[in-house]
Amino acid sequence: MSAAKKTTKSNSDDYLRMYRQMVRIRTFEDNANQLYLSAKMPGLTHMYSGEEAVAVGICEALTDNDRITSTHRGHGHCVAKGAEFKQMFCELLGKEEGYCRGKGGSMHIADQSHGNLGANAIVGGSMGIATGSALRAKLQGHDDVTVCFFGDGATAQGLLYEVMNMAALWNLPVIYACENNGYSEYTKTEEIAAGSITARAEAFGIEAFKVDGQDVLAVNELTQKLVARCRKGEGPFFIELETYRYHGHHVGDINREYYRSKDEEKDWKENRDPIIRFRGWLVEQGIATEDEIEAMNAEIENDAADAVSYAEAAKYPDISEVDMHVFAD
Amino acid sequence: MREITLSQAVNEALAEELRRDPTTFIIGEDVAEAGTPFKVLSGLVEEFGTDRVIDTPISEPGFMGIAVGAAMTGARPIVDLMFGDFIFLIMDQLCNQAAKTHYMSGGKLNVPLVLRTNMGATRRSAAQHSQSLQALVAHIPGLKVAMPSSAYEAKGLLKTAIRDNNPVVIFEDKLMYQDKAPVPEEEYLIPFGEANIKREGKDITLIATSSMVQVAEKAADILSKEGIEAEVIDPRTIVPLDEATLIESVKKTSRAIVIDEGHQSYGVTSEIASRLNEKAFYHLDAPVVRMGAMDVPIPFSPALEDITVPTPEGVVETARKLCSGELIHAA
Ligand SMILES: Cc1ncc(C[n+]2csc(CCOP(=O)(O)OP(=O)(O)O)c2C)c(N)n1
Repeated sequence: MSAAKKTTKSNSDDYLRMYRQMVRIRTFEDNANQLYLSAKMPGLTHMYSGEEAVAVGICEALTDNDRITSTHRGHGHCVAKGAEFKQMFCELLGKEEGYCRGKGGSMHIADQSHGNLGANAIVGGSMGIATGSALRAKLQGHDDVTVCFFGDGATAQGLLYEVMNMAALWNLPVIYACENNGYSEYTKTEEIAAGSITARAEAFGIEAFKVDGQDVLAVNELTQKLVARCRKGEGPFFIELETYRYHGHHVGDINREYYRSKDEEKDWKENRDPIIRFRGWLVEQGIATEDEIEAMNAEIENDAADAVSYAEAAKYPDISEVDMHVFAD
Repeated sequence: MREITLSQAVNEALAEELRRDPTTFIIGEDVAEAGTPFKVLSGLVEEFGTDRVIDTPISEPGFMGIAVGAAMTGARPIVDLMFGDFIFLIMDQLCNQAAKTHYMSGGKLNVPLVLRTNMGATRRSAAQHSQSLQALVAHIPGLKVAMPSSAYEAKGLLKTAIRDNNPVVIFEDKLMYQDKAPVPEEEYLIPFGEANIKREGKDITLIATSSMVQVAEKAADILSKEGIEAEVIDPRTIVPLDEATLIESVKKTSRAIVIDEGHQSYGVTSEIASRLNEKAFYHLDAPVVRMGAMDVPIPFSPALEDITVPTPEGVVETARKLCSGELIHAA
């Protein structure tokens, strides 16, 4: 782990919360995958497993006032920004108590009350939204920061270059967080992105950083610094986070050896897993014992199981809701 | 006759045309090794190589624009747009560039390209992956629009589209990719602007596009048991539209329902209904009724999504009312 920080009591709490949030994401995804495999979940979903340190490292550097925009692979951002399992599973199953009243589903899941402006099924579709949120903060004199999550594949969208240009011209408090998991659907990143990813931002005079996205402390430390600088009007910033998705592009993408080897997957899972690495560090630093960690894992698993049962039994929205929310009052 | 899926039919049409015309190529996201997420293009890159089956980054306006330029200068690109919903990203290249170039150049430049994309809800894919946006492009002069209703139609219409000298947009229903239909081994083309009378009837005309043809046929089966004989017509292409066949039918039946999966307001159904009103008014015994998707973004929840699209039961109910003379649009 990058940080050999002095571990004060409050630091310890922060670290334990980061661990807990990463495990909550992994556990949420394991359950979501199970729901898909047992044909209980309508449609498809994109798993965040493997990328937990990215969402958690970043969101733990934010307050509820700060905003994020999320992607089609959005469960991790949603959990990390403070969402509860119950409403999330309800959304996944299209139930009324879901965060979007069942209207959004996996690809639009978001707990809006914690500053999540939405998961987006259009790749790159949120880049304007995030930048607009930052413009609003600046115009209205607020010090909140907006983080725009997107994948390496999304760097191919022209919109990114339009909004980075404006964000740089106007010094907007936005952080572009590129989750580079090495693949854009079924294609390797190097086949769809020419040149360097960070250089794209640098061309606009935006300071860009590359960080190990499997190291939650490294991600968190960097984000804390950039958020503080954004609040002082020094934004925008760009971060490329090197990470990996453990599952297929979506849950139905099972036979994927034609684009990605099993050995490669095994290597990332066994040698670079963000949760295993952080857990080892917590124990080594004496912040938690193995037993305490096991107890925490078990508690999270129980929470998830309860939330799943709850969501399964929850009711669907009444059909009268179908034309509600087309327009605001 | 052998039966193949709509997906295989599209694949065959592409393979045949790529073999026939070396200026054709396919361009889009994950079209090569992956063969698209729906696996419609599987095997093509193996035969034609990566110069004719070109994988792109996720840059829809970019590759659409590239296709327009290639088409203007002697190639026949076949663009693969993974979801019909992404048409909003390429609107400028499609509607301001491809659609208008022939006209703006006084007929000197052609844009012979095909945009293959899809439509159709009830796949639990929520509001940004479920839309049926044919009306948006049909509105723009210069674009032809085909809506295959079966594997047979998909193959014949696609081959015609590839040989057309204009930009053609084809909407395939993504829920029909695995549906089988008889498709001859021998080559055939389906001309644009020739509607297909799927079933003859004398009491009411059901005009339906794409997967709504199945909905209309199911409705016709039910109605027939009640003594109402419905005529089912598939326009096949909504631009050009075979008005004559539709009008002939309505003159005979005096009643019509138009069914299309796009949103009902300002949609394909509205256009066809008003043409019938204008040109067959004195033959009508009842107002022409539109049945489209509800005017709401497509919701994710199955409980809501299923009620947003036309169903055979809904068509039957409306047809019954029209045939019994019930005033269905009382003010
Ligand atoms: C505009 C647009 N084009 C294509 C797609 C289909 N699609 C969904 S996810 C995806 C790959 C995205 O790759 P990346 O941005 O790297 O994110 P990752 O899936 O790796 O997290 C594609 C092509 C889409 N949803 N939106």
